[in-house]
Amino acid sequence: MTIKQVNNLANKQESTQKEAPQKTPVGPPLWLLAELTYDCPLHCPYCSNPTELGDTEKELTTQEWCQVFTQAREMGAVQLGFSGGEPLLRKDLEVLVKHARELGFYTNLITSGIGLTEKRIAKLKTAGLDHIQISFQGADPEVNDAIAGRGNAYQQKFKMAKSVKAQGYPMVLNFVISKQNIEQIPEIMRLSCELEADYVELATAQYYGWAYTNRDHLLPSKEQLIESERLVNEFRDQQEGKGPHFIFVTPDYFETRPKACMNGWGTTFLTVTPDGSALPCHSAKMLPLTFPNVKDKSISDIWQQDFSFDYFRGDDWMPQPCKGCDEKEKDFGGCRCQAYMMTGDMHKTDPVCSKSEDHHLIQQAIESATNPSRVIEKRINPTINKHGKDSRLNITRVKV
Amino acid sequence: MITPTTTPSLNTMFRFQWEKAQNCFVLLFPEGMVKLNGSAGEIMQLIDGEKTVQQITETLQNKFPEGGDLSNDVNEFITTAIEKKWLYNDH
Repeated sequence: MTIKQVNNLANKQESTQKEAPQKTPVGPPLWLLAELTYDCPLHCPYCSNPTELGDTEKELTTQEWCQVFTQAREMGAVQLGFSGGEPLLRKDLEVLVKHARELGFYTNLITSGIGLTEKRIAKLKTAGLDHIQISFQGADPEVNDAIAGRGNAYQQKFKMAKSVKAQGYPMVLNFVISKQNIEQIPEIMRLSCELEADYVELATAQYYGWAYTNRDHLLPSKEQLIESERLVNEFRDQQEGKGPHFIFVTPDYFETRPKACMNGWGTTFLTVTPDGSALPCHSAKMLPLTFPNVKDKSISDIWQQDFSFDYFRGDDWMPQPCKGCDEKEKDFGGCRCQAYMMTGDMHKTDPVCSKSEDHHLIQQAIESATNPSRVIEKRINPTINKHGKDSRLNITRVKV
Repeated sequence: MITPTTTPSLNTMFRFQWEKAQNCFVLLFPEGMVKLNGSAGEIMQLIDGEKTVQQITETLQNKFPEGGDLSNDVNEFITTAIEKKWLYNDH
């Protein structure tokens, strides 16, 4: 799972309507990201899941998830991402998809492809799944499987991507780009054409969770980025409107203004974590705020009334230079998690901004990545008991 | 380029539906949404892969007799929608 996937959602909204934006103070959470489990068969060092993954025994039950979907849909949520960890590990995925689709959600499965079979792709289609996004770690088995930390992962992904298209789904491929695979951009684009992807996200890693720990091993150099972007543009020019739509996302570390994180705090996105915590973005758990749980409060109460969801709405909370900045409506002061991770104060201007007094921290990170001083850490997954079955909730795991 | 006999159909990548919370018709696609204005919604409701552009125009003309000549509006929207790949252009 990557942060970029969520940010991208906002960018893909279009409108043929010309009237002014809604005047209601808080619009509905258009996007619901359901992180069904933090459990995952892969060990990608760029993973944005928290490094403390918690206890799988606290995962929400089928019924609890269904209730979340019903409540969010009533408020006007329309896109639903099934994510994780690896959502395919939940045996009740088909039941959840069916319920969500019946409610009118556009249902997106965000998967590593591990655990997918032709039969399951068909079952999910019957359940009403609209779209499948498969992540790749590289353009060949050697690079892919080394990053993923699992043998035969590439082969499985390749086979399943073929089957996803053969069964008539729209397919997005997601490549998290880092120092480890950035030299493969041309091969990645060729692979995407071969697999007949509709959209391809070439998304440079963003530094949260495991990716923050491993940043020195992931953050490419500016020269590498410029060259990659040039290659992508060159490839696009030769496409003549055919083949996949390539989306290249540069890391914000090389920008001078921060990203409009989550399209603004508590405006568009709602993440529910495996244990039922409701968050304005899927990294927010790290912040020194108390977030509500869907087991205790309704989605409507959480979205409209909870202190944490309201905390960074609008600009009352903003310090300088954000408060007096004429671009504050564009980027909302950037990412609260990034400000917190890098400066220790979640209220500060995102250090990515060149106007931030902490901008030197970004420069230092770029410098530090040229010469990593510690070893790379593979993502460690939460432990489940050896029967692959949760004793308390009876959540049966799919064996992969 | 579209003609009166062009028969547009919805690209299978998209789903068209009414969104109560948005108070408009929308097109949904992987991780994205297009909000349609009133006239775009009216046109999209008639696109079924069987009706021609001319039939769509006539149907709307009957529904909105006070609307004057709608053929330019219909042509313009369908042309844009094909360019944006929301619709297939099946002759």
